[in-house]
Amino acid sequence: MPELSYREAVRDALAAAMRADDDVFIMGEDIAEMGGSMGVTQGLLDEFGPERVRNTPISEMAIVGAGIGAAMAGMRPVVEIMYEDFLTLSLEQIVNQAAKHRYMSGGQLKVPLTIRTQGGAGWSPGAQHAQQLEAWLVHVPGLKVVFPSTPEDVRGILWSAIYDDNPVIVFEHRLLYPVKGEVPEELVPIPIGKARTVRAGTDVTVIATGPLVHRSLDAAKRAEEEGISVEVIDPRSLQPLDEDALVASVKKTNRVVVAHEAVERMGFGAEVAAVLQYKAFDWLDAPIERVGAKFAPLAFAPVMEQFVVPGPDDVLAAIRRTVGR
Amino acid sequence: MAKVEKKKGLNDETLRGFLREMLLIRRFEERVEERFRAGELPGFLHVAIGQEAVAVGVCQAMEDGDIFASTHRAHGHTLARGTHPNAVMAELYGKIEGCCHGYGGSMHLYDVERGNFGANAVIGGGLPAVVGAGLTFKLRDEPRVAVAFFGDGATNIGTFHESLNLAQLWKTKTVFVCENNHWAESTPGWQHSPVWDDMSKRALAYDMRSIKVNGQDVAAVYEAAQEALEHARSGDGPVFLDVETKRMHGHYIGDPQVYRTKEDREDAAHHDPIELLRDRLGIADDDFEAFDTEAHKMVDAAVEFAKNGTDPQPEDALKNLYA
Repeated sequence: MPELSYREAVRDALAAAMRADDDVFIMGEDIAEMGGSMGVTQGLLDEFGPERVRNTPISEMAIVGAGIGAAMAGMRPVVEIMYEDFLTLSLEQIVNQAAKHRYMSGGQLKVPLTIRTQGGAGWSPGAQHAQQLEAWLVHVPGLKVVFPSTPEDVRGILWSAIYDDNPVIVFEHRLLYPVKGEVPEELVPIPIGKARTVRAGTDVTVIATGPLVHRSLDAAKRAEEEGISVEVIDPRSLQPLDEDALVASVKKTNRVVVAHEAVERMGFGAEVAAVLQYKAFDWLDAPIERVGAKFAPLAFAPVMEQFVVPGPDDVLAAIRRTVGR
Repeated sequence: MAKVEKKKGLNDETLRGFLREMLLIRRFEERVEERFRAGELPGFLHVAIGQEAVAVGVCQAMEDGDIFASTHRAHGHTLARGTHPNAVMAELYGKIEGCCHGYGGSMHLYDVERGNFGANAVIGGGLPAVVGAGLTFKLRDEPRVAVAFFGDGATNIGTFHESLNLAQLWKTKTVFVCENNHWAESTPGWQHSPVWDDMSKRALAYDMRSIKVNGQDVAAVYEAAQEALEHARSGDGPVFLDVETKRMHGHYIGDPQVYRTKEDREDAAHHDPIELLRDRLGIADDDFEAFDTEAHKMVDAAVEFAKNGTDPQPEDALKNLYA
């Protein structure tokens, strides 16, 4: 199987979708000549031209809103919001418009819009360039939210997002862009709403998203040395959520850790814990452990940033806590 | 395109048709006010009494295939573009027979078949989408235009500026219709904008073509809208239609308008677009009565239709969430 970086896998999905369908086009800040601030769209301008690879002004409301209008008029636009932090500027359009046009029209309209964005700490940008805000959007009926963690997943899921008839927010992670992984020769679409068992185990289930999938695999290896068998599951899609897969794993292991890079308090993990305590209460042998960022903005100084953001040690500590109960 | 040519000469017959449209909208909204006050209509309603010439002038100039985004004051635009009064009234009563099957309501009227891509309860909320739709028509080389209705109050929100900039930058097939009634809810134009008496200056800032027109004169609105639509349709870029109009009633139904002087209300009443057109056409009392009776009958029928409509099932609230 060929190997692609996460960055190349995103690009591959965009290019494949644009080759397959004239209705697909991309727009965002600095995505054309520069190839995007993360280099994801490099080379796409050369292949598809400026009509379909559109540099925009710094106008997050208009980028998303124009995407909504184009989608309602029959296109399949993919818009890029350079940083998740800037997604806040376009929230009105996402929450009040994209998520609700189909509903308010009584089913007359569809909004096949894909919004790609990225965030992630670990490089000291300070408080406004690395937040993880997926919990804000999973709360809104009408949206789909995905957070793929590997090249194979991001390629297959982004394709499905583009061909989904609903607005889909695709969260990517800055530190994952250079990470390489094997992918099938041909792009294989991965359905939205299906979790993946990344590693099988019997003692504890770690449900992790984005970079925490990789950090949890590190922790799982170290736990293995201590005689603890850890199963790691990546939901991949946060909304809809593959509850059945999570519940099935918990019924097997009876212990759960939920891990994400976003702030722990009121985070996505809280909903996962609520679902599991309700649907698998009798199978749980210990309280559900949560791992997430501490309740603080991201500080600039590296030592403070590292303190706030969860790493493999935090996951391992949570695994030990739940096994020790 | 042939249809545009045919419409061009505004003869008295066409204008009489416009008058009947405006009367229907007026009587419809008066009845909505009455039924709301009687406690029959749920929700939050806003009428555009006094602004009928804008709705009819612009919507009559639009072509099949054109789309538009409306505002919280959407009854007139929706009726003027051809949605049946029964379907609009049934929506206001929250019935399945409504134009959004009870999911939208007064502030969220849609009729996609007739190009109504949604009335928006967020000021300026629909503007970016008409840029995107206008971009689509340009990319596909389709002779269609996306139209945005909005008020002067919307000219201070970010979506307005981002949308005008992007539309002009990309020369999208878009027309921005600013219904300047000089009120942002209860706040007068002079308190909310430094250019309240000449909104075309906003377009100037984005190098966008603008056309100024008296919004109480339906013939003038129609001709200006036609010029704007042709310009946008041909791919020459968006147009800002700067329409001066009058809001004869309050911001919402039940608004006591404590913020408004008697003189200002009288001034609005003296610029009633229906009376102006009636005088211009020299319509005899008998003829006007006949038009009025016809409008009342349609509204009576719409109320009857709506009241006899079907209530949605409570659990229908969970449908139409995803395609």
